[in-house]
Amino acid sequence: MKEKEYRMSSAARGGLLFLRGVPGVALGDRVVVRDHRGRKRNGQVIRTSDETVLVQVFEGTDDLDLERTWVRFLEEPFEIPLSRDLLGRIFNGIGAPRDGRPPLVSSLKRNVNGSPMNPAARAYPREFIQTGVSTIDGLNSLVRGQKLPIFSGSGLPHNRLAAQIVRQAKLIGEEAKFAVVFAAMGVSYADARFFEEDFESSGVLGNVVMFINLADDPPIERLILPRTALTAAEYMAYDLDLHVLVVITDMTNYAEALREVATAKGDVPSRKGYPGYLYSDLAEIYERAGRVKDRRGSITMVPVLSMPSDDITHPIPDLTGYITEGQIVLSRELHMQGVYPPVNVPPSLSRLMKDGIGKDDTREDHPRVSSQLYAAYARALEVRNLASIIGAEELGETDRQYLEFAKAFEERFVGQHEDEDRSIIETLTIAWQLLSLLPPEALTRVREADLAKYHHYEKTTAKVA
Amino acid sequence: MDKRVAGKIVEINGPIVTVRLPRVLNGEQVRIGKLGLVGEVIGRDGEQAVVQVYESTESVRPGEDAEPLGHPLAVELGPGLLGNIFDGVQRPLAAIREQSGDHVARGLNIAPLDRTRTWAFEPSKELARGKPVAAGAILGTVQETRTIQHRVLAPPDVEGELVELAGAGEYTVEQVIARVKTADGATRELKLYHRWPVRQARPYRKRDHAAEPLITGQRILDTFFPLLKGGKAAVPGPFGAGKTVVQQQIARWSNAEIVIYVGCGERGNELVEILETFPELTDPYTGRLLMERTLLVANTSNMPVVAREASIYVGVTLAEYYRDQGYDVVMVADSTSRWAEALREVAGRLGQMPVEEGYPAYLASRLAAFYERAGRVETYSGKHGSVSLIGAVSPPGGDFSEPVTSHTKEIVQTFWALSKQLADARHYPSVDWTDSFSGYVNAAAKWWHANVDPRWSERRAEALGLLAQADELARIVNLVGPEALSPAQRWALEGASLVKEGVLQQSALDEIDSFCSPQKQFLLLDLVLDIYHQGQELLGIGVPVQQLLGLPILARARRVKSSYTSKQMEELMGVRREIHEAFVGLQTEYGKPGEKPK
Repeated sequence: MKEKEYRMSSAARGGLLFLRGVPGVALGDRVVVRDHRGRKRNGQVIRTSDETVLVQVFEGTDDLDLERTWVRFLEEPFEIPLSRDLLGRIFNGIGAPRDGRPPLVSSLKRNVNGSPMNPAARAYPREFIQTGVSTIDGLNSLVRGQKLPIFSGSGLPHNRLAAQIVRQAKLIGEEAKFAVVFAAMGVSYADARFFEEDFESSGVLGNVVMFINLADDPPIERLILPRTALTAAEYMAYDLDLHVLVVITDMTNYAEALREVATAKGDVPSRKGYPGYLYSDLAEIYERAGRVKDRRGSITMVPVLSMPSDDITHPIPDLTGYITEGQIVLSRELHMQGVYPPVNVPPSLSRLMKDGIGKDDTREDHPRVSSQLYAAYARALEVRNLASIIGAEELGETDRQYLEFAKAFEERFVGQHEDEDRSIIETLTIAWQLLSLLPPEALTRVREADLAKYHHYEKTTAKVA
Repeated sequence: MDKRVAGKIVEINGPIVTVRLPRVLNGEQVRIGKLGLVGEVIGRDGEQAVVQVYESTESVRPGEDAEPLGHPLAVELGPGLLGNIFDGVQRPLAAIREQSGDHVARGLNIAPLDRTRTWAFEPSKELARGKPVAAGAILGTVQETRTIQHRVLAPPDVEGELVELAGAGEYTVEQVIARVKTADGATRELKLYHRWPVRQARPYRKRDHAAEPLITGQRILDTFFPLLKGGKAAVPGPFGAGKTVVQQQIARWSNAEIVIYVGCGERGNELVEILETFPELTDPYTGRLLMERTLLVANTSNMPVVAREASIYVGVTLAEYYRDQGYDVVMVADSTSRWAEALREVAGRLGQMPVEEGYPAYLASRLAAFYERAGRVETYSGKHGSVSLIGAVSPPGGDFSEPVTSHTKEIVQTFWALSKQLADARHYPSVDWTDSFSGYVNAAAKWWHANVDPRWSERRAEALGLLAQADELARIVNLVGPEALSPAQRWALEGASLVKEGVLQQSALDEIDSFCSPQKQFLLLDLVLDIYHQGQELLGIGVPVQQLLGLPILARARRVKSSYTSKQMEELMGVRREIHEAFVGLQTEYGKPGEKPK
């Protein structure tokens, strides 16, 4: 059967090829489709029965002539070869080289779908990663083995932020850099080029594996690309003992490709036409991040997704938020004001922060400072809202201090230079400078001992009667 | 029984496999393919049966064998469950790891209970040869963990005369510890464990109406929206609102004797957190390690979707089993939305007509049937036990009108609605006091009045009233600014803010504040309301509101919760004196000491 080619296609639509009368084909098997010009396309069996076989063709089914299309079943699952030579290479979604160099040869091959990690084998992530970005380190700390997505919108600088994280991420007191797996789906050539140049100029290129599918490449390939990339990442983490940082962009393009195929298959749509299994499907990707007991390497994931119309309740960011361990949300408003990185602080969150910070990891006061900054900024935004209605002059003294705090917070804490690599101590120092704009009575989230040590409040304005 | 022949696989569509298998029963387990994957029949059509498979069906092909196993999905009930972590079909994950490494391999067939471990069995003194044994009779006990004594039960389907009961000694779960002669003359051999089908509720003698609140140590839950032992509650919230922390806090601090945590389609790291932190934490009631009373059922979001559907039933059956032993059990299901989505996925693949947002029409009835397994009962052995069900709901986009949330809302009695807005301001737990409700307030009040303070209902109602008033005032402030309010209104805003920051907000991360005893809960509430009342009186005698707002005692009151533990009641009472003194000072300044303004 492996050698045999079948010419039994009965229908082709939306990247799917239907075959009749091929018995005993295994689900998930790899397929090679040869069209009438002799060109080969790659496919995978996604449904199979006695009578019909459904094949998903990664290069799409455009201009396939059913009469002159030959299909060969390779009788093997979708696997990619793995070796140390991965590093520094560029591949497409199915693991074929994109850099003009020969394909990777190795006797070690792994199924790109992987298999679910046993929860009992996981180690809880708790090692603080210093990204040098204050809004992340100070307020939404990333830890090794976490999956922390960037929720962005079109035109926002998510790529620059992701690249900055890649450049600066390190563990305090450790020299070793992260190895990087970069997975791009449906991105523009310019964006792909931006990352490539950035990796090159920061000298990490030799430590990077790139999997790229551009905006004009076949969309169905996007369905397998993150799986291929994560199979490489797992190999690097658990076989080569590397700490791997995986950047995946843009998950929205992935989900759209999934919807395209689901619609062609006739799956029952749930919200906005996305299939009901979008959650499980995304989880298969995101949950491959993590740490494993007794293994030295780890996989930390920073997926990037653009929220359609900046809508955080759209199914893609929504389901992602339910799976990932927090999110960094970018704000169009701050971006317009020229703040970089325009991190929208209130909706941003890191769920794993609590165990990676504090006395033994960063500094004793860090958890409380973070909570206080959040509370103060939330209050300050309410005051700002009020000021826009009744005018800042009408505000009481404390409220005016909050206004000033909000402005300084956005400019000095959120805002920083793209090359600015702040240590966590620098971040906390800035935080206390800002909190010192507010009177000590307003700061109930920190302890009195913290205030005595770090708070330098000077009453500047006269007391309002 | 007729010996049934193996059938053949006809079609594979994701986790749904169609097999040609005549005479197989609906609900029966089927082993399919060369890999030996296990699934269950969910539909029959002529010679064909539709099987939902608990594992990934990749590489399975049409034409492979399918073998009926002759029984429905059942769990093993016996000693060795506690402290363990199981997958969605009760396979022990630690044993899976030993066999297949860091990832879960397919087709593993591992017994839920350790077959080699021995347990010290102590036979019941009340039973003797010749005595009748009925369903649920306690045959003896096994010390399962240091805190929990496992009562070995006769299975619900046994009735007859005791022929033999093993003496005290060490037994494995497979050894026979009793023989019972049933009415038809046959002899049933009973072991330390028995099996029970998960989709069938375990029977009991009768429902029990006694009411006692489940104390979780969380102020907003216990004081404001109480849940009773045997009650049903839901925690809906958009992502990032702190659902998981609320559920973990309940698992940690609730005064149940057994806690079953079902991670249904959620994050792997969250379960690991429980696995790693619970063995270090102690139960505030017994002082024992929390893991000794806890068991986990884990089907993380990347694990097969059909096992996710089963995991909820596996969890609740385990809960009922401990209830039947006379324990108060809390089962936390995180999240019922993922369970509903698993239903939807299967229904979609079967081509069933979707109703709301793609969910099948039977969503509401399945949800109701699941929650109905909660309750406080009198068991067959005359003991009292309860199963409290707490289900997390993850509404897409935080929209509470979506099908799972809205159906759940109709079923549960306690509804802890989490708010994104509160969470964004880091007001945790982000339980919204306007959207949440509890149908158990009156029942809980009796307990609070008898055990904590007779003013509980009054104080609770007053605090909620103040919060509602403040929400109203906040709307005015947003339109015209705080200056437009009268001093009394400004003081009311401050009073509400004291309630929020001094009582409602509770940090799970703060060692002192993470757990709050009912006594401390009431004291904190009483304290801030006291400040509010005394301030009102002072306003009445002409003290400017600015001066009241500047009182340092207000910041102090906000910090009391994390300054003293639940055991330091003396110190907490001391704060009340401090407050009193601060106000007396002002009173002497502005009016005659002791003069009460009308």
